[in-house]
Amino acid sequence: MAQVIIPTPLRKFTNSQARFEAAGNTVQDVLKALSTQHQGLKTHLLDENGELRSFVRVYLGDEDINFLQKGATPIEANSIISIIPAIAGGIV
Amino acid sequence: MANLILLKEVGEAMNKAAIDAFPNECCGFFFGHEVGEDRVVQEVMPVENSKEGDQRRRFSIDPKAYMDAEKHALAMDMSLLGVYHSHPSHPAIPSEHDLKQAMPWFSYIILSVEKEAVKNTTSWQLDEARKFKNETLKQL
Repeated sequence: MAQVIIPTPLRKFTNSQARFEAAGNTVQDVLKALSTQHQGLKTHLLDENGELRSFVRVYLGDEDINFLQKGATPIEANSIISIIPAIAGGIV
Repeated sequence: MANLILLKEVGEAMNKAAIDAFPNECCGFFFGHEVGEDRVVQEVMPVENSKEGDQRRRFSIDPKAYMDAEKHALAMDMSLLGVYHSHPSHPAIPSEHDLKQAMPWFSYIILSVEKEAVKNTTSWQLDEARKFKNETLKQL
């Protein structure tokens, strides 16, 4: 099964679990399974259209899925998917 | 409201990073443990400000640097407690942009810095309504 690495600030929605495993054919399959099992995550990951929020990045291994096939990126049984919050800010 | 407690060397490292980067914004991560309601910050990890454009007003952290920070936390058996950044010649108050990008649970430390000294340091955490609440910051 593919493994998702949950970022620390979102672990409050996964009972402190750092990892989540699910089967699926694409990145989107696994993220859907994750947000179904942990409903609290949903608003932080997906917008009202079910698309990934702009301030959340998803990596498959070391690759940003935006440079692959986005949610439709195929995965393998041993894939590691990382959810990465965009960290930015400033005085204005 | 819980306390965020900075060990002396942690506070000094953040101050140095803010002064060294002036007039640009500095940024980085910090690690430690939760002790009851409090958080004790034991280590700081300065990170390159990867913002393209005016770094005097904005900062950004590369996603791979974020992944490294998460891996470091796991390897050291610590929690990635939050993010710090500086506001050069501006108050240590979060901006709209800071709020828009903020994640739940993390502590966000802001250092108000001038050319030669840090004037004020504050810490903030999102509440359930996605508004920033000021955390009590204690430096040992």
